[in-house]
Amino acid sequence: MISREDVLHVARLARLELDDAELEKMRAQLDSILTYIDRLKALDVTGVEPTSHAVPLVNVMRDDEVVPSFPQDEMLRNAPDRVGELFRVPRIIED
Amino acid sequence: MPIHELTSAYRRGETTPTAATEAYLARIAKLDGELGAYLTVTREHALRAAADADARYRAGTPLGPLDGAPLAYKDVLCTRGVTTTCGSRMLERFVPPYDATVIARLAAAGAVMLGKGNMDEFAMGSSTEHSAFKPTRNPWDLARVPGGSSGGPAAAVAAGLAAGGLGTDTGGSIRQPAAFCGVVGLKPTYGRVSRYGLVAFGSSLDHIGPFARDVTDAALLLRAIAGADPRDSTCLPAPVPDYAAGLPQGLKGLRLGLPDEYFIDGMDPEIDRAVRAAVDVVRGLGATVERVSLPATPHALATYYVIAPAEASSNLARYDGVKYGLRVPGARDLVEMSSRTRAAGFGAEVKRRIMLGTYVLSAGYHEAYYGRAQKVRTLVRRDFDAAFGRVDLIVAPMTPNVAFKHGEKEDPLAMYLNDVFAVPADMTGLPAISVPCGFSVQGLPIGLQFIGKALDEAGVLRAAYAYEQATPWHTRKPALP
Repeated sequence: MISREDVLHVARLARLELDDAELEKMRAQLDSILTYIDRLKALDVTGVEPTSHAVPLVNVMRDDEVVPSFPQDEMLRNAPDRVGELFRVPRIIED
Repeated sequence: MPIHELTSAYRRGETTPTAATEAYLARIAKLDGELGAYLTVTREHALRAAADADARYRAGTPLGPLDGAPLAYKDVLCTRGVTTTCGSRMLERFVPPYDATVIARLAAAGAVMLGKGNMDEFAMGSSTEHSAFKPTRNPWDLARVPGGSSGGPAAAVAAGLAAGGLGTDTGGSIRQPAAFCGVVGLKPTYGRVSRYGLVAFGSSLDHIGPFARDVTDAALLLRAIAGADPRDSTCLPAPVPDYAAGLPQGLKGLRLGLPDEYFIDGMDPEIDRAVRAAVDVVRGLGATVERVSLPATPHALATYYVIAPAEASSNLARYDGVKYGLRVPGARDLVEMSSRTRAAGFGAEVKRRIMLGTYVLSAGYHEAYYGRAQKVRTLVRRDFDAAFGRVDLIVAPMTPNVAFKHGEKEDPLAMYLNDVFAVPADMTGLPAISVPCGFSVQGLPIGLQFIGKALDEAGVLRAAYAYEQATPWHTRKPALP
């Protein structure tokens, strides 16, 4: 059974702030879904290779040519906060 | 009216793209307040594109069978200069700087974008109730859901608020709403259609495909969007056939497999009856039908609910409040900013999937869940490989039940079980279609599914067309004003 601490740990990894009510609801729901998923443990998958993609395409190559890119200003237009040509975020390095 | 009839009428001069577009816009204005199929209606954009199409028809030089076709696009497909929300507060004000390849290709074929269709947030859901903005109602019964996650475009096509549309299918999100709304929905082979400009959910599972009033339109729309794209390295270089031209070949001589595992306990008996009656029709058209077994099927849904959330948790990591989308102000550091932004921007279902995906990928659980699920995915694929050694196509029910009521499936797991017959084609990447095959006694549509070999959309469409032409279901319309 998934514990409250597990949920808190995963929420931190996922960068999701959960309030107390959400936390308990999430715990119960994840527990029910994981119990359903646990049916996979009954299957014997010894020697079965994993499938990561439906179509086995590998190393699609193209010529290394310079082509026009999007204008920087256009790509920055959706930024929630910017300074000139930079994204602005809260300070991450102490003085 | 289906697109192929509408554009024939344009060619004969009986109507014009502008007249048709204005009629659709008027119908949207009248009905969509109640239906909720659209998140954005692109009126000016549509009328401009229609006027351009008018001029081409006047000059006798239309671009092809889609020129002037008024369409609805799921709001997960990027449209240059037009808000693309993915049904989420996170992207409420996101305006893409480019068009998805599918949007650009349809524009180049002359299609008219009427607007952006409602959806479950980030395509996670089976009812369109998880849209952050509003629910969509089923045109056949407004108390019921249209299915999801592409419920908006499916309902729009069913209600006559668009002539056709585009959705996406990661775990049934085109075919299940097509079945619930009584329209045709096609999920092509993985890699058949470029995903450049599709906002990613589960990258090994995401597909783009058409909604249509009939199979001919689905064939025309697929032809326009399919084929290699230098901007998507997962898009296959295989040549794209003229699907519409191949439709009249009929079912004679085709071998169809009916999988035992797609008739389960708890399935609606009306669906069981409708699908078995459809199989009799198919047999009467000259196909042979034999029982096949796809024994990994009972494990497919659990496998999907490991793989899809795992991929989603990774794809949705990009919504951190830095580059685009929502940012909650006032945080002291970067982690707090991201964590608060994601708490405010994502709805409950998206949070649940991110949590589940993060859990199954986290240290100590990765192999037990994700590693094992990838192996079971191989077993699902092997089942189909074995069946396709004996038959050309699989025929099966699309859903275990008809459209349910709003609020009926509050338990997430009960909602997930709706897609039990849909997810195997996503996990294997095989082409699959849902085509109307009857109605419940309450008048709710039922869908029949054909699943084909990789890249055999032609076979899937041909079977669906033969069935459609032999039955009256696609001609029925919901009783709307």
